[in-house]
Amino acid sequence: MNLNLLTAHELSESLRSAKITSAHILSDLKDRFDKVEPKVRAYARQPFFKKSSSRNSVDAQLNGIPVSIKDNICSDGDLTECASRILSGFVAPYDATVVKKLKEQGALIFGKTNMDEFAFGSSCENSSFYPTRNPWDLERVPGGSSGGSAAAVAADEAILALGSDTGGSIRQPAALCGVVGLKPTYGRVSRYGLIAFASSLDQIGPMTKDVRDNALLLKVIAGHDKNDATSVDIPVPDYVRSLEKGVRGMRVGIPKEYFVEGMDPEVRQALNDAKAKLESFGVQFGEVSLPHTEYAVAVYYIIATAEASSNLARFDGVQYGFRASHKSVEKEPALISMYKQTRAEGFGQEAKRRIILGTYVLSSGYYDAYYSRALKVRALIKEDFDKVLGEFDLILTPTSPSPAFKIGEKTDDPLSMYLSDIYTISVNLAGLPALSMPCGFTKSGLPIGMQILGKPFAEEDIFRLAFAYEQNTLWHKMKPKL
Amino acid sequence: MEYEPVIGLEVHVQLKTKTKAFCGCANEFGSKENSNICPVCLGLPGSLPVLNSQVLVSAAKVALALNGTIRNFIKFDRKNYFYPDLPKNFQISQFDMPLSEHGYMDIKVDGQAKRIAIKRVHLEEDAGKLIHPEGTACSLVDFNRAGTPLLEIVSEPDLHSPEDAYVYLSDLKLALQYIGVSDCDMEKGSLRCDANISVRPVGQIKLGTKAELKNMNSFKAVRTALEFEFKRQVKSLEAGERIVQETRLWDEKKEATFSMRSKEEAHDYRYFPEPDLPPFTFTDADIKGIRKSLPELPKERLGRFVASFGFGEKDAAVLISDKELADFFEACLKIYNEPKKIANWLIGPVLSHLKSNLSFEALHLSPENLTKIISLVEDGTVSNLAGKSILAEVVETGKPPDTIVREKNLGQVSDVDELKKIIEEVAAVNMRSVDDYAAGKENALMFLVGQVMRKSGGKANPKIARDLLAERLKKT
Amino acid sequence: MAISKEEVKYIANLARLGLAEAEVEHFREQLGSILGYIDKLKKVDVSKIIPMAHVLDIKNVYRQDTVLPSIDPQKVLQNAPSREGQFFKVPKVIE
Repeated sequence: MNLNLLTAHELSESLRSAKITSAHILSDLKDRFDKVEPKVRAYARQPFFKKSSSRNSVDAQLNGIPVSIKDNICSDGDLTECASRILSGFVAPYDATVVKKLKEQGALIFGKTNMDEFAFGSSCENSSFYPTRNPWDLERVPGGSSGGSAAAVAADEAILALGSDTGGSIRQPAALCGVVGLKPTYGRVSRYGLIAFASSLDQIGPMTKDVRDNALLLKVIAGHDKNDATSVDIPVPDYVRSLEKGVRGMRVGIPKEYFVEGMDPEVRQALNDAKAKLESFGVQFGEVSLPHTEYAVAVYYIIATAEASSNLARFDGVQYGFRASHKSVEKEPALISMYKQTRAEGFGQEAKRRIILGTYVLSSGYYDAYYSRALKVRALIKEDFDKVLGEFDLILTPTSPSPAFKIGEKTDDPLSMYLSDIYTISVNLAGLPALSMPCGFTKSGLPIGMQILGKPFAEEDIFRLAFAYEQNTLWHKMKPKL
Repeated sequence: MEYEPVIGLEVHVQLKTKTKAFCGCANEFGSKENSNICPVCLGLPGSLPVLNSQVLVSAAKVALALNGTIRNFIKFDRKNYFYPDLPKNFQISQFDMPLSEHGYMDIKVDGQAKRIAIKRVHLEEDAGKLIHPEGTACSLVDFNRAGTPLLEIVSEPDLHSPEDAYVYLSDLKLALQYIGVSDCDMEKGSLRCDANISVRPVGQIKLGTKAELKNMNSFKAVRTALEFEFKRQVKSLEAGERIVQETRLWDEKKEATFSMRSKEEAHDYRYFPEPDLPPFTFTDADIKGIRKSLPELPKERLGRFVASFGFGEKDAAVLISDKELADFFEACLKIYNEPKKIANWLIGPVLSHLKSNLSFEALHLSPENLTKIISLVEDGTVSNLAGKSILAEVVETGKPPDTIVREKNLGQVSDVDELKKIIEEVAAVNMRSVDDYAAGKENALMFLVGQVMRKSGGKANPKIARDLLAERLKKT
Repeated sequence: MAISKEEVKYIANLARLGLAEAEVEHFREQLGSILGYIDKLKKVDVSKIIPMAHVLDIKNVYRQDTVLPSIDPQKVLQNAPSREGQFFKVPKVIE
C-alpha cells in the first residue's frame, strides 16, 4: 500500500511498531507528487523530500509525520511568500509557534502550500504562482484561500496540512475538496508567525483526511503562547480521547437564515440527509435564528480589509521581499516612488482592491460610518450566536452555498466571490470554532461540505459530532481520480 | 502694539525599561546598528506585540506625578503612516483614550507661580533611526531604537514666554528623573521636544496661527528657538503679513527657524484599535498602589528642605535641582548632622567640582569622605583652606581625607609653644605694627595674625594664634 | 454609492499604491459597488451598542521586563533588497 494514502494516526501506529520509516512516507509522497502535482499544483514550490525529524522519540505525538503548511506560516530558514510577488525571496528567519510545536512533536515540515495571495480569496486563483486546481475536477477551483492545503490533502500529496481561516479560508476549500478542516476558536491556536491578513479574525487550523487526524493535529498546535497576547491560557483537552464519547442527547440548532435563496439544491439535500442520519444517533435538532446574518458579509469586508490595509503596509521594499527598480516621478521624492512602484508591481489585483477598500473605510471622516459601525454590528452578530449557543450545543449549516465553481467564473465579480463566504464569515466575526467535513457529493461528483459550529473553546463537542457522523458514512474514504 | 507668545510643548520621553515596549530586545543606547532587533520590533511578517508590564507602571507613575487622571480601561491604537524608520508602517500608539488627561505642573518663573495644564499623556513605541550619508542618494536605517517605549506629554498652550517653556521643561525633566523612569538626555534623544507657538496682541483672547518648531537639541535651544520665532512672527504681523501654519526646523548654527520646504501631506493617520493587544485595566486599588510607590518629588523635597533645615528657598532649590545631589546631601546628614554646614560645602566647593562632570562616583566623592573633611575643618584639625585642598585631592585621587592630611602635613598648629615661637619671630620683624596696636589701632592685630598664618604655611590655628597674639601685644 | 477618481487617488496615495489611470477607474467602479452593498449596515440600529474591538474577553496580557536574546542580524539582512554594512538602505529620505 502507498503510505501517502494513509492518515497520520494510521502511519503513527506503523511508525511506532517500526513497520515503516519516515523516509518511506516521504518517498511515497514524492511518487504521488511527481504524478499529480503537475495537474493539481497544490504546492507553492517543491517540498522537502529528504528531511528527518529534529526529535526522535516514541512519545512525540507526530513523530516522523510530514505536515504541509500554508505559505503564510513562517518556518525558519524556509521561503515563506504568501503566494505574493511582494514577498518573493523572503526566507523566514524564525518559526511560527505552530511550527515550533510541530517540530517539538517530531513532525517534519514537508512543504508550503499554494494559496490566494495573502489569503485574499475563495478560489486560489489569486496566487502569484499559479492557480491550484480541484483534484475532483481540474477545471474547477479548490476553494480558498487555503486551497493548496485542501487540494494537497484531497490528492494524497499530503498527510496532514495546516491552513489559515479569516472568513472561511480553511472550511470552504475543505468543503470544496472533500476534506476535514477546522477553524479553531479565536485564541485557541497562536497566531505568532502567521502572516496576518485580519488580526482579529485569523486562526490557523488543521486540514486533514479524517476527523481523528484533525483532532490529533489540533491537540499539537493548540495552546497558550506568550508571544501572542490574543492566545488564551486555558488547558488543551485531549481531543482524540473524547472523540468516542457519543452524541446521544446533543442539541443542534439549524439557523433558518442559512437555508434561503442562492443555496444549491444538491447542497440542501445533502444537509437534510446528514441531519436525518444524525437524528438517528439521538441528536436533537431545532430551528434557530441568527437575525443579523444578512449583515455579516458587509461587516466582514469592512473589518477584514481595514485590518489588512494596516497589516500589509509593512510590505514596502525596505527590509525584505520585492523592491521595484523605481523610476523617479516628477516632483515625487525617490523614496515615495520606490514605495508606490514596489507595491504597484508587488501586489495582485485582489490585494490592491482590499488595501484600497480598507484604507478608505479608515480614512478621515469615514471611520464612524464604516469601521465603528461594523464593530457594533459585529457585537450584534456575536450576541446572536451567544443566545443560540446558550440553548444548543452546536449549530449545523452548509459550509458553502454551492460546490466548487469553474476557474475564472467569478474573477471579474468580486462581490459575488465575497458572497460565497456567507456561511463561514459570521463564525470568524463571533470568534467561534467551526469544522467543515464532507457530507455528500453532487451528481457530477463534486464534494459537498457541512459546517459544525460550537461554543467558544468547545472544539471537543464539534469533534464528537463530526466523528460520530464520519464513523457512519464513507464520504471521507472517497478518492478523486487523478 | 505689544504682543505675547502662546506656547504649547509636546515632549517625548523614552522610558528606561530593561526591554523594549513589545518585545524582549534590550532597551539600550549606543549598540552597533541593527543588533538589538527581533522579529517583533522589526515588524517582520507574522510577528506580534506583547506589552512589557513595566511600561504601563512607569507611564502611570509619570501621569500621577503630573497630577493627571488615569483611565481604568486602557487600549492601544494603530497610527498608520509610511516612513522607512517605522518597521510596520504603523505605530502602536494611543488615540482617543490616552492613558492620562487633565494633569498640570506648577512652575515658578522669576518668582511668579504659574500652573501649566497638561492635556494628555500617552504611550507609544519609538521609531528606528535614519542616517543620511552626505553626498549619496540614499539613507540608512537602524532599527535598534524601534519599539522603545515612549511617553508623549502634551501641554496646553499655557506657556507665555520662552523662559516659561525653559522652566517647564527643566522642572518636567527633574520630576521624571526623580521618578526614575527616564534619563531625559536630550543629546541621546531620550527626551525630545517640539513646540507650538503663536503670537497675539496682549489682551486678545483669540489665538493666532501657530507654527510647529522641531529639531531643538537642548532646553536652551528650545528657548532660543522660541525667542527667535516670537520675534519673527511679530515682525511678520507688523509688516502686515499673515502667519502660515507650518512646521519649521530650528537651525542651531544659523540660530534661526526655517520652513520645512517639502510639502507636507494632510495627516490622515487612519487610527483604529490595535487588534493584536487586548485591553488593559487599572483598578482604583492599582492606581492607589502606584501612587504610593511614587518617590518624593522635587517640589515636595524642596518644601521639606526649607521646613526641616531652615534653608532659604534659593539654597534648597540648588540642592534639589539634581536628584543625585539631594540624595548625597541626605546621605551626608545621616553621618554628620549639620545640615547648613553640609549644604554650604555642597553648594560651594563640591558643586564647582561637579560642574564639568555631574557624577559623585566619578569624583570619588562619598558621603563618608565629604563629612570627614567637614569634621576635620570643624574640629580645628585643618584650616578651612586646607579643607578645600583636601577636597580637591580627594576628587583627583580618591584617597581618604585622613591620608591626605598626613601625607601633606596639613594638620593645623594648635600647640601654644610652637605658636608663641612664631609670634615672637613675627613681632620681631613687624615692630611698627606692634607699636600701632599699642597706639590703639585694632587693625594691626589682624595684619599680624595674617603674618603668623603666612609664616606657618597656613597651618596655624587662626583662633588660637589670634588670642596668643593679643596676649603678647598687651605685654608691650 | 459613487466615489470619485480623486478619492481613489487620495486613498491610493495614503496606501502608497501606484495606480495606472485605467486602474483608478476600474477600482472606482468596484469600490462603488462594494460600498453600495456595505451601505446596508445603515439599516441596523446600533445606537446603544458598544463597538466590539476584541471578540475575546481577555485583558491585561503582559510580558515580563526581562531581556531575551536578539536575532542574528545577518539572518534578517540576508532578506534585504538593499543594504550597506549592517544597515538597511533606502532611497534618500528628504527631511
